[in-house]
Amino acid sequence: MIAQLVFLIILAAAVFLFSKNTGKIRRNILLGKDADRSDQPALRWKTMAKVALGQSKMGKRPVAAIMHLFIYVGFVIINIEVLEITIDGLFGSHRVFSRPLGSLYGLLIGGFEILALLVLVSCVVFLSRRNLLKLKRFQGPEMKEWPRSDANYILFIEILLMTAFLTMNAADYKLQALHFGHYIKAGSFPVSALIAPLLPSNASSLVMIERGCWWFHIIGILAFLNYLPYSKHFHILLAFPNTYYSKLSPKGQFSNMASVTNEVKAMVDPSFVPAATEPGRFGAKDATDLTWKNLMDAYTCTECGRCTSVCPANNTGKLLSPRKIMMDTRDRITEIGNNLDKQGKDFQDNKTLLDDYISREELWACTTCNACTEACPVNIDPLNIITEMRRFIVMEESQAPPSLNNMFSNVENNGAPWKYSNADRMNWAESD
Amino acid sequence: MNELHIPTMAQMAAEGKAPEILFWVGCAGSFDERAQKITRSICKILQHVGLSYAVLGTEESCTGDPAKRAGNEFLFQMQALTNIEVLNAYAVKKIVTGCPHCFNTLKNEYPQLGGNYEVIHHTELIQQLIDEGKLKTEDNESFKGKRITYHDACYLGRGNNVYEAPRNALQVLDAELVEMKRCRSNGLCCGAGGAQMFKEAEPGKKEINIERIEDAIEAKAQIVASACPFCMTMLRDGVKIKEKEQEIQVLDIAEITARANGL
Repeated sequence: MIAQLVFLIILAAAVFLFSKNTGKIRRNILLGKDADRSDQPALRWKTMAKVALGQSKMGKRPVAAIMHLFIYVGFVIINIEVLEITIDGLFGSHRVFSRPLGSLYGLLIGGFEILALLVLVSCVVFLSRRNLLKLKRFQGPEMKEWPRSDANYILFIEILLMTAFLTMNAADYKLQALHFGHYIKAGSFPVSALIAPLLPSNASSLVMIERGCWWFHIIGILAFLNYLPYSKHFHILLAFPNTYYSKLSPKGQFSNMASVTNEVKAMVDPSFVPAATEPGRFGAKDATDLTWKNLMDAYTCTECGRCTSVCPANNTGKLLSPRKIMMDTRDRITEIGNNLDKQGKDFQDNKTLLDDYISREELWACTTCNACTEACPVNIDPLNIITEMRRFIVMEESQAPPSLNNMFSNVENNGAPWKYSNADRMNWAESD
Repeated sequence: MNELHIPTMAQMAAEGKAPEILFWVGCAGSFDERAQKITRSICKILQHVGLSYAVLGTEESCTGDPAKRAGNEFLFQMQALTNIEVLNAYAVKKIVTGCPHCFNTLKNEYPQLGGNYEVIHHTELIQQLIDEGKLKTEDNESFKGKRITYHDACYLGRGNNVYEAPRNALQVLDAELVEMKRCRSNGLCCGAGGAQMFKEAEPGKKEINIERIEDAIEAKAQIVASACPFCMTMLRDGVKIKEKEQEIQVLDIAEITARANGL
């Protein structure tokens, strides 16, 4: 009875804390500007099903894709077991699903065990890719300190959880064989049966191990749940809404700024009355100038580095890394959110996403080639953030690189990016 | 081949005629010496198949693409509105472009501003003409047994999912087609996009066009086929810097098609 009470308190605290922190991320995302992504719901559902649920963009890197699939399927399916554990915890039952499910239960537990083993192996492989093989994709200047530890913690926690799960089953399996107490014959244990011989054979030690692992496993899961809002691992939740709200237009199409259309039309036609738009700056200087979708992108990023590894600028040693653009955006909006909570809404920290986080050198290195957006397995769009920040630099500050200012004035004066007279535009027709 | 006769929209309108398709030449195609050859190849093809077309000539102006990618939305929209006014005045319905950047801008970014046209890139037109049997590869000798690789232009491939048309245009040649290790949706940019063409690259270890031409060298290509005047410039510079001018030729799909048809 005390155990049930303790379980209830831990569970309630975990759910409460998780909702609170997730709510903060939601609030931070909504600090962004409006963007309408409510069109074409059918296509949006389809995109989400294909890209998030179906992992369609992972296949380009087959090794990572398979390992990730094991962990993903393992996570989703083993959650059925977590449901049973939660019911057992609340009502003091043991393996409550075993009776109603009958022989299916054995199949289910056996399946969980195999998945748990696959998850375990995948996590070990992933850890060694990061720390022993030191794959280039996981290095890079933005992958030091917290991002580096974060990735390792996630894998390490998953290994611990799976080990606890299998050890618990092994003890249970042995206790079942001993016909001890309430340990009724239930489930099949293709993996834990193999580790069972390593455990002691007296019943009281086995019960200790079984209970110990049970508590460790479920508290570990609840703790991990509460780790998510602080971690890149949050992608397991946001991948779904983020792909739902994907950009659906061709990748080459950049948005036309309505605020600019108003001004340009008024310039061309003085009788033009612009539609009301909210006042604001052109482009983005800080994270709050970006749209909520840009910010959702930032919180969805799991720092896998596929974008950076295909970026032509990054590949040739330039400072630009699309992954860093996303991480900086996330870190900045989180900072703004924290300031809001701690210092109130009038507080200014005199910092901005531009310059304090993202340098101009990074922004001007982009070729807008869309390799990053193509590579992202969850349809994040770093290019849109880069463009918005360029717009601020050019239209609000007039601080474009001098050679680009030359290009602008050529376009303005001669209708071509080079200094050629428009009268010569058809000279090509004459020579051969 | 008969002498090139290049009608302008203004001339045709004066005669009370309207062409079936407008050929949007683009700034590179108009002014860049190397790209002018591509422009003429496209005209040769159009004339050869007897398609009724015209160009805007001095009435054409930059689409605003480089300004937009560089963040100058004002300039882009000024250009767009001016061009749309001209295009709508001629009641243009269909446009073929010689450049993926013009193609993308006209096709995707003009409609919202009041410019609605059917826009295709010249490689798509070439594929259509081949499919319709209007273009036959009569002179197949020029490319016989040559190793050709196609370099995907970002604003054609990833930008607009046009991967097959340029490849299909090469398929009809009696040549050996090879892919570079980074191709199609994984294709590596030439380094010119996003207004990089008009500025120095940021400091780094290497120029992007060198990285790209190394892919072509690795594929042992004798001809790098391009579909974009900016890629053309970058790739040719790459070949020059690598001193491979004897081994590797960079040609536009339009030039290859024109030559294969004896034009």
